[in-house]
Amino acid sequence: MSGKSTLRRLDWLTVFLYLALVFFGWINIYSTTLVDESLSIFDLSTLYGKQLIFIGLSFLVILGVMSLESSFFERFASVFYIISILLLIGLFMFGKTIGGAKSWYDLGFFNLQPSEFGKLAAALAMATYLSDIQTDIKKGKHQLFAILIIVIPVLLVLPQPDPGSALIYFSLFFVLFREGLPLKYLGFSIILIVLFVATLMFGVVWVGIGLGILTSLFFLFKKPGLKIPRIPLIIFLVSCMAISLSVNFVFNNVFEQRHRDRFGLWLGLEKDPVKLEQIKKTIGYNTYQAEKAIESGGFWGKGFLEGTRTKGDFVPEQHTDYIFSSVGEEWGFIGTVLIIVLFSLFFLRLIHLAERQKRDFSRMFGYGIISILLIHYFVNIGMVIGLLPTIGIPLPFFSYGGSGLIFFTAMLFIFLKFDTARLKEL
Amino acid sequence: MKKLLLSSIIVIIGITFIGRLSYLQLFSFSPNQLLEDPAIKEVYDYPERGYIYDRNGLLLVGNQPAYDVMVIPRETKPLDTVEFCGLLGITKKQFLKKMESAQVYSTRLPSVLVPQLSKEDYARLQEKMRKYTGFYIQKRSLRDYLTNSAANVLGYISEVNEADLRKNLYYRAGELKGRTGIEKQYEEVLRGRKGVKFIQKDRFNRDIGPYKDGALDTLPQLGSELHITIDKTLQEYGEKLMNGKRGGIVAIEPASGEILTMISGPTYDPALLVGRKRSKNYTKLHYDSIAKPTWDRSLLAQPSPGSPFKTLNALVALQEGVIDTETKIRCYNGFFVGSDKKGCHCGGGNRDLNVGIYKSCNAYFAGVFRKIYGKFETTDKGMDVWEKHMKSFGLGNYLGTDLPTGQPGRIPNREYYDKQYGDNRWAPTFIISNAIGQGEVAATPIQLANMTAAIANRGYFYTPHIVKKIAGKSNIDAKYTERRYTTIDKKHFDPVVDGMADVYKKGTARWIQVPNIEIAGKTGTVENFTKINGERVQLTDHSVFVAFAPVNNPKIAIAVYIEHGYYGNRYAGHIASLMIEKYLKGTITRKDLEERMLQKTLDHEYQKQYSTEPFKINEYVW
Repeated sequence: MSGKSTLRRLDWLTVFLYLALVFFGWINIYSTTLVDESLSIFDLSTLYGKQLIFIGLSFLVILGVMSLESSFFERFASVFYIISILLLIGLFMFGKTIGGAKSWYDLGFFNLQPSEFGKLAAALAMATYLSDIQTDIKKGKHQLFAILIIVIPVLLVLPQPDPGSALIYFSLFFVLFREGLPLKYLGFSIILIVLFVATLMFGVVWVGIGLGILTSLFFLFKKPGLKIPRIPLIIFLVSCMAISLSVNFVFNNVFEQRHRDRFGLWLGLEKDPVKLEQIKKTIGYNTYQAEKAIESGGFWGKGFLEGTRTKGDFVPEQHTDYIFSSVGEEWGFIGTVLIIVLFSLFFLRLIHLAERQKRDFSRMFGYGIISILLIHYFVNIGMVIGLLPTIGIPLPFFSYGGSGLIFFTAMLFIFLKFDTARLKEL
Repeated sequence: MKKLLLSSIIVIIGITFIGRLSYLQLFSFSPNQLLEDPAIKEVYDYPERGYIYDRNGLLLVGNQPAYDVMVIPRETKPLDTVEFCGLLGITKKQFLKKMESAQVYSTRLPSVLVPQLSKEDYARLQEKMRKYTGFYIQKRSLRDYLTNSAANVLGYISEVNEADLRKNLYYRAGELKGRTGIEKQYEEVLRGRKGVKFIQKDRFNRDIGPYKDGALDTLPQLGSELHITIDKTLQEYGEKLMNGKRGGIVAIEPASGEILTMISGPTYDPALLVGRKRSKNYTKLHYDSIAKPTWDRSLLAQPSPGSPFKTLNALVALQEGVIDTETKIRCYNGFFVGSDKKGCHCGGGNRDLNVGIYKSCNAYFAGVFRKIYGKFETTDKGMDVWEKHMKSFGLGNYLGTDLPTGQPGRIPNREYYDKQYGDNRWAPTFIISNAIGQGEVAATPIQLANMTAAIANRGYFYTPHIVKKIAGKSNIDAKYTERRYTTIDKKHFDPVVDGMADVYKKGTARWIQVPNIEIAGKTGTVENFTKINGERVQLTDHSVFVAFAPVNNPKIAIAVYIEHGYYGNRYAGHIASLMIEKYLKGTITRKDLEERMLQKTLDHEYQKQYSTEPFKINEYVW
């Protein structure tokens, strides 16, 4: 296939959305990391200058990906995966600690975060394994293998500690569900999460009462003919109560203090105003400052480079995980809504692309990267605007960081490459 | 189906995010960003409060530096409270209480922790303050009084309270604001405008430069200097004469309406309400409910005017043509209301206008009063005409001075008596006390002085005012430079003024004569009552005197009202004559009289009603 038709078949809408996000991201990185306006935007001593280099590198990666055969990625998926696992293991010996997590290799000019690569490798590996003719996701053994693809890197990143990346790997479960993993697993996990959160917020007694009410409502409104087996229902309710009863034990004995703090902050468990003031100054500082910065932007925002809290560095890590707060402050409601609309369109478009793939592998990989990017987007913005507990993961294409940008770009364009090849491989 | 599921998850996430963002950026957004932004610090530059000068350019009020210990609660760090309190000289309890209220006011705006340190305390603290983050010393300027008089005129300034802060967004905690007197009336003139600099800060509270390159910063605007119409020398002299006496003295320059002096007795040294002792002193003054030193009697006391009011009744009668200067009325050492005889001290006999005034004949003026009402077919009509004339002298209503307090006094009218007696159920005889300035009429000392100025001017007055020049310019409000005419024709004033001149030459005030000064005046002796254990008890009469001088081309019109000073001449007349002499000549020739007035106090009179013993009033010996 000639290069020309590849270009013609490239999904330009996605590319446009991608470029828009990268551009707007850099504008905000510029604003948050600007110290001295006399420096050139290409000055490598500045973070925005470095980010510009990363964007350049990403474009090179796009060219590289586009020039490779799409079968290359399928063929070498397992190799990539094994390399990524080795790199993650290597961190225990050669890793460099940044921000409390031993997640980087120091390459001199650049710190490489192998878990970013690992996400891509895992998505490829998952797609390859599931699309194999011999794999049947209904079989327990195959389910187990697929789950192992996810769990192995999770076990390696958790002790770094990097719970954010662990969460990202977990997002690949969506692919499994899309491809036939019974939904009851998902249902059970959701019930578990709901029970956990509800118990923390309202206590065991109210959870019990709530369950009782729900059960009675269910019986009141169920279809008259529907028979509900008694024993499993009772087992279900009893285990729910058992889980609820164990929540406090887990929370107090398994969780560490910082986890408890984060959950406490998220769920608003602390009511004492004096302690709340304390929390705002300590563990809740980031969240509080980020929310305040966004709030202060109002409808129109304060304008580019006019964000007082951004300038004053009030939000720590603003150029990386908290970049969205600078959008909120300087670009206001207009800006934040624009970003959310851009991201939503981007994801909807990717789903559309994934669904139109004729090959299982392409579609599964598509869902893989959608899951990965979506969970980043959801957790990151959710955290910055105070809807989710603090989990340190970047906003894709937007946050400062080379590894992230390059591998997100690679992921996206590998998929777009598959998309250009979808007709040929019919 | 599953495709739809994931798509709807994305849409739901988007909507949730936008919902949360609407809450943050649209609903919680406060338009007061500049004030609430922790990244912006306001630094104030306080201009000096304007100086106040008297009418001759003598400085009355200047400024002195003072130092407040301020706290910004958000910036404080845990500290050794015991040591810090020791340094500031306050108890730990006070400290914690102050810190709590500072926290309530604002965590990021400064509040006052300890106000107005002395220079010595400031010097001692200055070096050690650096140790305590979040605390600093703010220099302010306090009033410095160059006179110990005129507290009621000047008023005082004090720290703004929470209500002020809510009402007026200009003020910040710890700032000062005029509370009474001209400090209140001319607050914005004297205050100027503080300058503000907005400083961009980082999260470690370090300054990182001006916000928006200083585009929003303002320079301080100096407070303007204010010249007031008070004569410092006369004011101070008058306050000395008021030693141990309660009452008011107001002197006005008839040709301009400028208030030359405005005295309330007892008064206090304005310096008492400055500095750290302020609140203790204020409490002491404010809660003295018997002597009421903070109650400005010159503006607020509303006694019956007494005999000076007779001059106005004479003017009304002349204007209405019911008497002329020859009209005679007989005095039977009193006069009859029905069969009830009311007394008179004039000696009895046939009285005309001139004698009536200088001997202050009650019978004559009772007759004049009847004649006024006799002209009209109904009492109501007569009442309306009488009321209109009286009010044209600035009585019975607020004068409209540029002082923040005042009282209307009272000129009773139809409605007033209809309410008291019932419609058409009263007659001139019911209200005849008004003929001699007793009964229902009431006037403040400043109204009496103004009424006298109107007679001195033969028919008009200027609204009394205290402002002379603002920032060196004398173009004051037009309402103080407009003549307000009375309803009496100019020609009727001459016989009345002659009568008043005779009061001084050969009448009730002939004992107060000052060499080489022609004075026209009128004495007043005002009966008054109080309630002791629910019983109406008469007290020693109030001593009242109004006068202007010289008779032709008057320079000063004055009203003196001394509570329980007995007859008009005894205290009010003598004090008025000393004041006039002081103002016109600058020196006092009658040293014995001066000595007597400075020494004599009326404390024994004021104590009578509070002693449980029976007491005598209007004692001849003094």
